[in-house]
Amino acid sequence: MSDSATYERVRQNPKFHELVKKRTRLAVILSVIVLGAYYCFMMIVAFAPDVLRTPLSQGSNLTVGVPVGAAIIVVSWLLTGLYSHFANGEFEELNKDVVREVLE
Amino acid sequence: MTRMITAPRRAGASAPLAAASMAAVGRTASLVLLALAVPTVALAGPGDLGGSEKQPVNVTAIAMFFAFVLGTLGITYWASKRTKSAADFYTAGGGITGFQNGLAIAGDYMSAATLLGLSSMVFATGFDGFIYTISFFVGWPIILFLLAERLRNLGRYTFADIASYRLDQSKVRTFAAMGSLTVVCFYLIVQMVGAGQLIKLLFGLDYAVAVIIVGVLMVVYVTFGGMIATTWVQIIKAVLLLGGGVLLCALALSKFGFSLEAMAAKAVSTHKAGVKIMGPGTLLADPVSAVSLSLGLVFGTAALPHILMRFFTVPNAKEARKSVFVASGFIGFFFLVVCILGLAAVSIVGADPQFFEGGKVGGKLLGGGNMPVMHLAKALGGDIFLGFLSAVAFATILAVVSGLALAGASAIAHDIYARVIRKGHATEAEEMRVSKLASLVLGVVAVILGIMFEKQNVAFLVGLTFGIAASANFPVLFLSMYWKGLTTRGALWGGIAGLVSAVTCVVLSKAVWVVVLNNPAPIFPYEHPALFSMTLAFLVTIVVSKLDGSETAKAERALFEDQYVRAQTGIGAASASNH
Repeated sequence: MSDSATYERVRQNPKFHELVKKRTRLAVILSVIVLGAYYCFMMIVAFAPDVLRTPLSQGSNLTVGVPVGAAIIVVSWLLTGLYSHFANGEFEELNKDVVREVLE
Repeated sequence: MTRMITAPRRAGASAPLAAASMAAVGRTASLVLLALAVPTVALAGPGDLGGSEKQPVNVTAIAMFFAFVLGTLGITYWASKRTKSAADFYTAGGGITGFQNGLAIAGDYMSAATLLGLSSMVFATGFDGFIYTISFFVGWPIILFLLAERLRNLGRYTFADIASYRLDQSKVRTFAAMGSLTVVCFYLIVQMVGAGQLIKLLFGLDYAVAVIIVGVLMVVYVTFGGMIATTWVQIIKAVLLLGGGVLLCALALSKFGFSLEAMAAKAVSTHKAGVKIMGPGTLLADPVSAVSLSLGLVFGTAALPHILMRFFTVPNAKEARKSVFVASGFIGFFFLVVCILGLAAVSIVGADPQFFEGGKVGGKLLGGGNMPVMHLAKALGGDIFLGFLSAVAFATILAVVSGLALAGASAIAHDIYARVIRKGHATEAEEMRVSKLASLVLGVVAVILGIMFEKQNVAFLVGLTFGIAASANFPVLFLSMYWKGLTTRGALWGGIAGLVSAVTCVVLSKAVWVVVLNNPAPIFPYEHPALFSMTLAFLVTIVVSKLDGSETAKAERALFEDQYVRAQTGIGAASASNH
C-alpha cells in the first residue's frame, strides 16, 4: 500500500478529524491565553506602568509587578503541562487508534 | 523595622531619580543588544564588557574547567563508539528521551549570557530586566502549542527537511540550508568573540588562546561524538548551571533571612534609582520596540537551526512535547532564579566598595557591566565559588558552539551535499565523511573569524542573527506546515524579502549605522527588525504563492493533504533507528 493510499484512509477516518479538531482547539486556546496575557502585560508596561508600581501592601518594597510577572512565567509553564497532559494522554490514544485502524 | 527605615528614603529619592533615569536611557542601546544576545550567545560584544582587562590567572577556575573538559571528553569517547550511522550523528539516532532532551534544550537556552546578561540588566535597571526575562520565556509555550509535534513528525535531520518537504528540493532546500548556515556563522562569531572576552576576564588567559581552545574542543565533540556527545555536554552544563544558580540564590537569600521583602528593601536603599527599580522604567516605554523585540525573540528562537535540530533527537511527537514541557519548566525556574540573583547583586554587590573601580560604590563595576553575578559569587562563596561559576560559564559557551557547529555541519553535509549536489545518491559513509569535514572547516572558520573580530563591536550580529532567523527562516517553516497554498516561488521570494529587509533594517539601525559606521543618527529607529521584516516576509510569501498559477505550484498544493496527515499523526515519520 502506498503512502498516499494510507493517508487517504486516514482522512476518511472520523477519529482523525476528531483528533485534529480537539487538539487544534486546545492549542489555539492556550496560545491565545499565553500571548494575550503577555501582550496585555506589555501594554500595561507601556501605557499604565503605575499599576505595576503599586506596593504589594502598605510600606512594602515589593510591587504588584513582581507577582504578576512571575505569574506569567509560572502560569504559561503550567499551561504547557496542561497541553502535554491532554496531547500525550487522551489525544495520543486517539492518534494510536487512528494509526491502528488505518494500518491494519 | 524595615518599613520605618525605607519610608523617609523614598521621600528623599526624587533628586537622584532623574539622574538615574538619564543613565538608564544612555544604557538602553547596549542593554537591549546584550539582552538580545541572551538566549544562547555569550555576550553581545567587546563594547559591552566595558573594556575587559586581562585578569591574573585564576587557578581554581582553570582546575574546575579542566575537570569538566576531561569528563566531557570521556563522554565523547563513549559517544563515538555509539555513533555509527548518519542518524546517530545528526540526531543521536532519535534515542534521546523527552526528559534528557528537555534538559538539553534548556541548556541551549540558559547560557552564560542568560546568567550574566539578564542578572546584570536587573542589577542596572531592576524591574525592566525582569520584563526582558519574561519576554525571553513566552516563546516556549508557543513553540509547544504550535510547532513541536509537527516539527517532529515532518523533520528528519534539519529544518530544511521540513521547509522543502513538498516544494522544489534543490531550490528551497538550498535556500533553507543557506539561511541556517548564515545564522550559524554569525552566531559563531558572536559566541567566539564573547568566549574570548569572557575567558580573558575570568581565567586570565590570552584572547587568542581562549578562542583556539573553544574551537578545538568544539571540533572534537562534534566530529567524534556527534549529537550524542553534544547533547550530553549540554545536559551536564545545564545541571551545573542550574545547581550553581540555585546555590548562589539560596546563599543570597540566607543573608536576608530568606525574605524577598527584606532583600528588596536593601536593594531599594542601595540602588541609586531607589524605589523606582521595583516598577517598570524607561527601557520598554515604547511599545513598538517592545513588540518588535519580543516577536524577534519568540520566532527567531523558533527558527534557530541548532534549537530546531533538538526536536529530531527524540523518538516521537509524544517525547517532543514532553521535552518542551521539561525545558520550559527548567528555563522558567532558572529565569526567576536569575532575577533574584540580580536583585541580590543590587543589595550585596551594589553596596560593597571592593567590587567597584577605585572602591567608589555606585561607580564603574570591576570587570565591566556584565559582572554582578560573578561578584556576587565571590562575595558569598569566595574564590572557590567564583572559580566554579567561571568554569560553568566557559562550559556553557563550549556547549552552545558545539550545537551550532553540528547544525552547520548538517546543513552542509545533509542538505547541500547529500540532497542537492548528489540528489540523494550519496552513501551514508560519504555523507558522514562530509559532515565531519564540514565541522572541522566550521571550527577553523570560527577560530579565524573569532580572532579577526576581536576588536570589532559585534553587537549588530546578534540583531542580524535573530532578524534573519525570524524573517528568512521562520515564515517559510511556519507556512510550509500550516498553509496549503505555499509554493516554491512564494517561499523563495518571501524568504529573500525577509532576508533583505532584515539585513537592511539592521544596517540602518543604531547598532551598525551609528556604532559601526559612525553616522550621527540611525535611519531605522528600532533595535530589532522583526515586526517589519517578518511581516513583509509573510506578506510576500502569501501574495507570490497566490499569484503562482504554474503546474508545479498546483502539484505542490496537492501534496499538502498528505503532509498534513503525517504532521498530525506521525504516520511515515522518521522513527528511532539503530537502537
